[in-house]
Amino acid sequence: MRTIRIGSGAGYSGDRIEPAIELAEKGDIQYLVFECLGERTVALAQQARMKNPDSGYDPLLEERMRAVLPVCAAKGIKIVTNMGAANPEAAARKTADIARSLGLPSLKVAAIVGDDVLDACKAGDLPIMEFDGTIKQLGNRLLSANAYLGAEPMAQALAAGADIVITGRASDPALFLAPMIHAFGWAMDDWNLLGQGTVAGHLLECAGQITGGYFADPGYKDVADLARLGFPIGEVGEDGSLVVTKVAGAGGAVTAQTCKEQLLYEVHDPTKYFQPDVVADFSQVKIEEIGPDRVRVSGGRGAKRTDTLKVSVGYVDSYIGEGQISYAGPGALARGRLALEIVRERLKLTNVAASELRFELVGVDSLHGPEVSARAAEPYEVRVRVSGRTENLREAIRIGNEVETLYTNGPAAGGGAWKSARDVVAVASVLLPRELAKPQIRFVGA
Amino acid sequence: MKLREIAHSRTGDKGNVSNISVIAYDAKHYPLLLEQVTAARVKSHFAGVVQGEVVRYELPNLSALNFVMDQALGGGVTRSLALDAHGKSLSSALLDLDIIPAPESK
Repeated sequence: MRTIRIGSGAGYSGDRIEPAIELAEKGDIQYLVFECLGERTVALAQQARMKNPDSGYDPLLEERMRAVLPVCAAKGIKIVTNMGAANPEAAARKTADIARSLGLPSLKVAAIVGDDVLDACKAGDLPIMEFDGTIKQLGNRLLSANAYLGAEPMAQALAAGADIVITGRASDPALFLAPMIHAFGWAMDDWNLLGQGTVAGHLLECAGQITGGYFADPGYKDVADLARLGFPIGEVGEDGSLVVTKVAGAGGAVTAQTCKEQLLYEVHDPTKYFQPDVVADFSQVKIEEIGPDRVRVSGGRGAKRTDTLKVSVGYVDSYIGEGQISYAGPGALARGRLALEIVRERLKLTNVAASELRFELVGVDSLHGPEVSARAAEPYEVRVRVSGRTENLREAIRIGNEVETLYTNGPAAGGGAWKSARDVVAVASVLLPRELAKPQIRFVGA
Repeated sequence: MKLREIAHSRTGDKGNVSNISVIAYDAKHYPLLLEQVTAARVKSHFAGVVQGEVVRYELPNLSALNFVMDQALGGGVTRSLALDAHGKSLSSALLDLDIIPAPESK
């Protein structure tokens, strides 16, 4: 039976660089996938592109490509990535430039475009899933609308000879599904194979999260060598069989436990994991350790894909102002609480217009609120944190200011004040009839 | 005993929805999870955090439960005022749940 080995070289935009080099050099892989596009990143990248038409792709693209292209070219490893963000063509041109500068002019780079469906969403005035409202009602706060494309255009680009495929918004598992479809010629209506392939893609897409990252809990779940965490390799058979593993000697661990945690990560109903290419069913998945750092994952299934694509809509939601200051030693908790009360009153006295406010003590109740935190003992130090939502930057700045002025006006011995104010680009979703997204492949000459 | 003694957990986020897996280290403890880690208990454990409904999904093949908690992330990951906007730390809080051991397993 034919098998391919797919390495996962990044689990988010800012991820470590060198695990991907290790995968390419020692992982015996044929494909290297970089998942680098967070939910709201396209919206932020779109803002960048509006200012400069040659920008709008992942800021670490150059560093990652320079790090892996020489070894990938030498070994014939194909790269698939969503580092194109809001501008896959510019990302592909940049990558071709990098390849040339590295003396690798024969690498073929393909961009997948067509995920930008802003016009279609506006024309349809589609309803927003997360709150009452429509696309048109967002008015000039609307920044971007990008459909989660499926694996097919990426697989077609690979079939057309691309060495590097760069997309914008695509479903994360589809980045991994594309090499499988290409290598094995899976039919786009073989729902069970696409479902099992989606299981593989889902397990691999967060890179280190399946090799022991986001997992360690000393004394309960110990993981060796997290500073040198190895990223995962999926060994996929043409029948959809899957073994998850990593480079021997790399840090971390691939165990049934790490795979189970990642299988359910960001999953709601496990029988319906909606993807552009399939509705995957994780409910019958079996996970078994078959050797050191080798875990077999089987039983993923699928059902017919839906008639719609999920679209990620970026919009300017609000502004957030924030301030922090620390107190320590005896009475720290009481002084922290006093500080919060002072700021609460100050924001009222000075009429700061905030639609939502949070007053909390980091180290006491900031993560899970006062009710959950009530049982804990008194800490040695606390950090006051006040944050608030406002309609403009001017109001947001005033929130942090009222924390900072605690230095000379608040409880004794407050230190390390810090403040920020920022605009909030948020993301909501709409469902678009799938035929309205028209993906295209554009090759860029190196 | 605490849930932490028999299960491990991971939190994921989508918009304003948080999901938390609860996975038995040993399949023999899965019935305890089924019996004692109910959606209602999880909802009350997260009083003040989860504003919406909590739904539990069962995965017997994995000896695991998956809790999907609506309106749990301060209005949504991309707009929340929270320090931990993703709610990544919620899984550790859930492992603090008290569990009554089964009589035979102690």
